[in-house]
Amino acid sequence: MVDLIEEKEAGVKLDSKIPEGPLAEKWARHKFSLKLVNPANKRKYEVIVVGTGLAGASAAASLAELGYSVKAFCFHDSPRRAHSIAAQGGINAAKNYQNDGDSVFRLFYDTIKGGDYRAREGNVYRLAEVSVNIIDQCVAQGVPFAREYGGLLANRSFGGAQVSRTFYARGQTGQQLLLGAYSALSRQVANGKVKLFPRTEMLDLVMEGGKARGIITRNLITGKIESHSAHAVLLCTGGYGNVFYLSTNAMGSNTTAIWRAHKKGALFGNPCFTQIHPTCIPVKGKYQSKLTLMSESLRNDGRVWVPKTKELAERVRKGELKANDIKEEDRDYFLERRYPSFGNLVPRDVASRNAKYVCDEGRGVAPTGLAVYLDFADAIKRDGRKVIEAKYGNLFEMYEKIVDDNPYETPMKIYPAVHYTMGGLWVDYNLMTTIPGLYALGEANFSDHGANRLGASALMQGLADGYFVIPYTIGDYLATIGPSDKISTDHPAFRAAEQEVKDTINRMLSIKGEKTAEEIHRQLGHIMWEYCGMARNEEGLRKAKKMIQELREEFWSNLRLNGSDQELNPALEQASRVADFIELGELMVDDALHRNESCGGHFREEFATEDGEARRDDANYTYVAAWEYRGPNQPEKLHKEDLAFENVKLTQRSYK
Amino acid sequence: MNITLKVWRQKNSQSQGNLMEYKLNDISPDMSFLEMFDVLNEDLQKRGEEPVAFDHDCREGICGMCSMFINGRPHGPQGYTTTCQLHMRVFNDGDTIYVEPWRARAFPVLKDLVVDRSSFDRIVQAGGYISVNTGSARDANEIPIPKEVQEESMDAAACIACGACVAACKNASAMLFVAAQVSKFAVLPQGQPERQLRAERMVAQMDAEGFGACSFTGACSVECPKSISLDHIARLNREYLGAKLTSNNV
Repeated sequence: MVDLIEEKEAGVKLDSKIPEGPLAEKWARHKFSLKLVNPANKRKYEVIVVGTGLAGASAAASLAELGYSVKAFCFHDSPRRAHSIAAQGGINAAKNYQNDGDSVFRLFYDTIKGGDYRAREGNVYRLAEVSVNIIDQCVAQGVPFAREYGGLLANRSFGGAQVSRTFYARGQTGQQLLLGAYSALSRQVANGKVKLFPRTEMLDLVMEGGKARGIITRNLITGKIESHSAHAVLLCTGGYGNVFYLSTNAMGSNTTAIWRAHKKGALFGNPCFTQIHPTCIPVKGKYQSKLTLMSESLRNDGRVWVPKTKELAERVRKGELKANDIKEEDRDYFLERRYPSFGNLVPRDVASRNAKYVCDEGRGVAPTGLAVYLDFADAIKRDGRKVIEAKYGNLFEMYEKIVDDNPYETPMKIYPAVHYTMGGLWVDYNLMTTIPGLYALGEANFSDHGANRLGASALMQGLADGYFVIPYTIGDYLATIGPSDKISTDHPAFRAAEQEVKDTINRMLSIKGEKTAEEIHRQLGHIMWEYCGMARNEEGLRKAKKMIQELREEFWSNLRLNGSDQELNPALEQASRVADFIELGELMVDDALHRNESCGGHFREEFATEDGEARRDDANYTYVAAWEYRGPNQPEKLHKEDLAFENVKLTQRSYK
Repeated sequence: MNITLKVWRQKNSQSQGNLMEYKLNDISPDMSFLEMFDVLNEDLQKRGEEPVAFDHDCREGICGMCSMFINGRPHGPQGYTTTCQLHMRVFNDGDTIYVEPWRARAFPVLKDLVVDRSSFDRIVQAGGYISVNTGSARDANEIPIPKEVQEESMDAAACIACGACVAACKNASAMLFVAAQVSKFAVLPQGQPERQLRAERMVAQMDAEGFGACSFTGACSVECPKSISLDHIARLNREYLGAKLTSNNV
């Protein structure tokens, strides 16, 4: 079935290109219908890959293996430092090695349901289908996944699922998967098929004749602005969680590449869908620069609780009582109480929201009032300290380093934090954005997680897109345009884009105001967290919109930025990213304001069930909101891609 | 806490650098070392001076980007810790703290505390991979790997390529880094076909990059934030020697 939605007054068409046929046959049929590029012709095509995380590195390596000429860009000093490296818990795959009832359909179903029915069936099914190939590929590369004594692969369970389908490498799964992709990429660099541009940041997309033609970059060491042309551009630049200033993202994670592509015409899908991860180390002071995640896998053995009464919690906050002083009968294991069948393993949005509720009730346990306990005492009593140490040793160590508290003896304190963004550039089934020749992979696109992502699914999606989707789908576009359909970097389109980038940088440097980009970013983060965070309401969102507009004014009139653009200047890099975060922030607020329902991570207080669960409005909001940029100070235009569910029944999500 | 910082400032790779003194007051012991640097940089910007350039990203000890040489030790005084995970509580009120970049010929300084570690990437490109194209893998469980072998591989694979081993070594040797890359594949069945070639090529590239020789003092392993064991150097030596004696590779 083909969804074709045409907005009457606009030229943008949203064609998801979901193939016809039964769900399980869509991808196979589609692969057959895609055009192929002759092996001898592949080298004539140049592909730019921006970002070298799981999606970017796997795509760059796989395309180079096929014979395409690839240029890979990253702002880090090495492709191996992309933030995929920090993923801890694991990667899902429907291998059913545990014989516990898993299947491709079940992984598909869990993901659709976990995403609160706001993702495409076709995409999600394909994701589940290729998940099994990812594990094979990674093992072949030498990724040291955890194993049983018999030498076969081990699994653990994760939130939102009742089967054990998560593969892991200690608490460093992202690191090991990224190193696998990085090694494949390095091999292609050595083969001369990939040219690597580290410490190089994409600052604009170059368009000509309605197609993506290349990018403008800044060399972060010399400051030089450069042009790169190609037949296709892949944005694999991750998510935009740092719009909240405090998040579990790396300091450099940013929205610049996708935002500038958005301003060149790529529609932005579901920008307000952000994931708040329930188990992070709580905020301590105003100097805080980032939040640290404690893997969701901890909820396999840790029990989440707060004191039953406000009075007890108050005494804990004052330091009069310690966690271990509180008697069993005075503890409220609120997830186990409210969700007896999933217990501590409810999906992330549900766990986060419930932590917020108990803290709002005055039962939080940190001096700030914003923390709940994650307690391992029972697991240690049951399995022994050794077993727990083997499973989570490195996480416990990290916790102790940061908090100066020993989680083997006293419960961890945790609180939700921004972790992932389900929204991103709108892409069709081929991962192409609304700009021909421009693709978005991994967290940078909006496609597979709906309104909430399940744990261990981000790694799966990044690698699915890079290893097993784009190598097939890109050929269809390239074969259609032909090798000669490329413009040189001397073309006026490149010259104009370069000039635009230089002008923007010079404008920032010439303001000479009082506030640093860091201060403005922190302010933006505060607005976003307060009004567009875990819970949102109309009044707050309207207020936030105004505040963001004022902040943008202030940025462009009162920014303090020293140094020059002809050298390594981290403050300049930050300012340029913050400028984009501010604009994106406003779009997120617009999106959150327009979606008059609660679903997944998007929780509008006006739309809740009696017991505080998200209340969807399937009649009116079963669609992807795709926003079109229409120039500075213009409201963005909303396009809708209706979501059709033919294989699952939309129900109120229940984890009771 | 009040502290005095002596920080290496260097405009670019061509210019000379020197230590500059900065005083910081009211530092919270709960701050991370890099958050303390954020405070310093905010102060500097407010005063119209250029902030100190330093590499950092994930701030949770895994990306390997941060790289400060603090009081004569890579990543500072706390063992098994990256700079981003170092907290001010390990210092005392009134301390003077010296902060320098990694020092090694193969890691030229780019600016202030930022060095160029692309030599590590080139060593990996020389052979730090298993040649398997996407799509050509067999079912993952068809290759049973004993748990202790997988654990041994994982111990080596935990390397974050920060370069502390090189900075700690009096010879600026990269042996521990290269050993970790060679070792993680050498023990695995998947790594066997390219085992000899890998060791030979990676060592050759290490030498070409200008890293020093290993005199086995063990400083690298002591300072490694991921506690990569010296055993891997022993394995690298064995792999390299074995390859040189028996392979037909040049």
